[in-house]
Amino acid sequence: MSNIPTDLKYTEEHEWIFVEDSLGKIGITDHAQEELGDVVYVELPEVGDKIVKGEPFGSVESVKAASDLFAPVSGTVVEINEALIERPELVNERPYDDGWMIVVEVEDESELDDLLTPAEYKKLVEGE
Amino acid sequence: MENVPLIFEKSRKGKEGFKLSPLKVPEIEVSKTLGEDLLRDELDLPEVSEVDVVRHYTKLSRMNFGVDNGFYPLGSCTMKYNPKINEEIAAMSGFTELHPYAPEELSQGTLEIMYDTQNLLAEITGMDYFTLQPAAGAHGELTGILIIKKYLENKGEKRTKIIVPDSAHGTNPASANQAGFDIVNVKSDSEGLIDIEALKTVVDEDVAALMLTNPNTLGLFEKNILEISKILHDKGALLYYDGANLNAVMGIARPGDMGFDVVHLNLHKTFSTPHGGGGPGSGAVGVKAFLRDFLPKPLAAKNDEMYFLDYDIPYSIGKIHGFYGNIGVVLKAYAYIRSLGAKGLKEASEIATLNANYLLKKIEDMFDAPKDALCKHEFVVSCKNWKEEYGVRALDVAKRLLDYGFHPPTIYFPLIVDEALMIEPTETESKDTLDSFADALRKIYEEAKQTPDILKSAPHATPVRRVDEVKAAREMKLKYQG
Repeated sequence: MSNIPTDLKYTEEHEWIFVEDSLGKIGITDHAQEELGDVVYVELPEVGDKIVKGEPFGSVESVKAASDLFAPVSGTVVEINEALIERPELVNERPYDDGWMIVVEVEDESELDDLLTPAEYKKLVEGE
Repeated sequence: MENVPLIFEKSRKGKEGFKLSPLKVPEIEVSKTLGEDLLRDELDLPEVSEVDVVRHYTKLSRMNFGVDNGFYPLGSCTMKYNPKINEEIAAMSGFTELHPYAPEELSQGTLEIMYDTQNLLAEITGMDYFTLQPAAGAHGELTGILIIKKYLENKGEKRTKIIVPDSAHGTNPASANQAGFDIVNVKSDSEGLIDIEALKTVVDEDVAALMLTNPNTLGLFEKNILEISKILHDKGALLYYDGANLNAVMGIARPGDMGFDVVHLNLHKTFSTPHGGGGPGSGAVGVKAFLRDFLPKPLAAKNDEMYFLDYDIPYSIGKIHGFYGNIGVVLKAYAYIRSLGAKGLKEASEIATLNANYLLKKIEDMFDAPKDALCKHEFVVSCKNWKEEYGVRALDVAKRLLDYGFHPPTIYFPLIVDEALMIEPTETESKDTLDSFADALRKIYEEAKQTPDILKSAPHATPVRRVDEVKAAREMKLKYQG
């Protein structure tokens, strides 16, 4: 069974976000990395780029497939995980930790309300 | 069988594979005629003798696996046997020695075949005009989408979106994106067909077209195609047919009658020319009459006296291939269509479908598969139960099939099916072959239960064992680094 931390919010496309002081750290879930298989490449936006809720902000490529990364909220990218360029396997090894992807300055925190709770996300994963 | 060293590793300084007669004129330094700046010496070409070269490549060819070696049920690729008569016809000197700049009066034979092939394909698909230029399927898609784009622009419409189903070939969104469109995904319903209600919510005045394969990548016929066509056309959008799966419906159903406005065919798949090695292929594109003026230039045409190349295509998207396309492939497709005839093509589709259903019935009890469902020319089963019960994945099953002498099916596609095996037997395989493939799968199923490690470390009988795909993708080395 995949790991679903209780302090995060989730999207239906299997991204997670952790928000503190208007900064949102974003990555993909344990379930997502498991489904994708070994990640071989991660394409991320640049610091300063705007991302829009529900739209792709990058992509992740595994041996099996390439998938878009969807923004859980709108905002401005303030940091990206440079380590993933050299070590994309971090996404598989520690999806909620060293495998994070970007940090954004969240524009409108009320957008978080539409996201899935850990319980709702668990239901989604189990239903698949 | 031993592993073969690279041709570079066979290189010995000073070895040559040729010897020219002594010159009767004074030798001139190349640098003086060509210019110093155009010469480079960093190319590290192997230095080998003729016999080295012949043995090296003959050895490699014996390690290869193709439809001439054995069963090749690679789903969505239609790896049918290619009759050798096609090769003989395409190799006739009247065709091979024709220069593309030869005047039309001297090219009548080839022009006639181009013209006839355009018309035969139009008849088979229910379209009005065909171009033979695109080099393969994805190139055909790009051509078709550019035609749609130009048509809409010409009408003064700026539509920005193309819809593709979540079961589509990856080339569909890639081609549409290449042509400058945004991609909108539409989900499949529980039967594996396009979800009509979901489709209705995404079709608006900003949609240029829907790209669809029918039968789709699950091997299912989109039975609501007429309703889908109406939903698109009511909003002024067009319908694009990816012909990858035409092998299921030749002589039975025509994309043109289903409401499609543009189609591409993979002549190298459906019409039986060797493929899978990177080309050449042919992705002929057909359109309804209202799109004729947007096709690439030129089309093969005919007037009272002769066949000619018609450049009078007012809104043409331009040329998309040197000269007239991969004519060798067109010739083989022509030979195939003519030798089978209308009746034979229909029979080919019927047997392709019969073979797929026969094989599905023989193996479905081992897999997560919709039971008692009928498929078209191919089907998808899931190894999800193998993974959950024995820890064995679709990849392991595919690798183990190599040990039994079969080319594996397509795996992990379509993306909407977990641990997918996508199997397309084609019409050219006998019942004996299908039975032995089913037997091999059953043996592998038993191995998965008893000795799963045999699968996880497969293949064992091939010159190259399990390759590390992750390392290969993460640390790409695209050329010899000696």
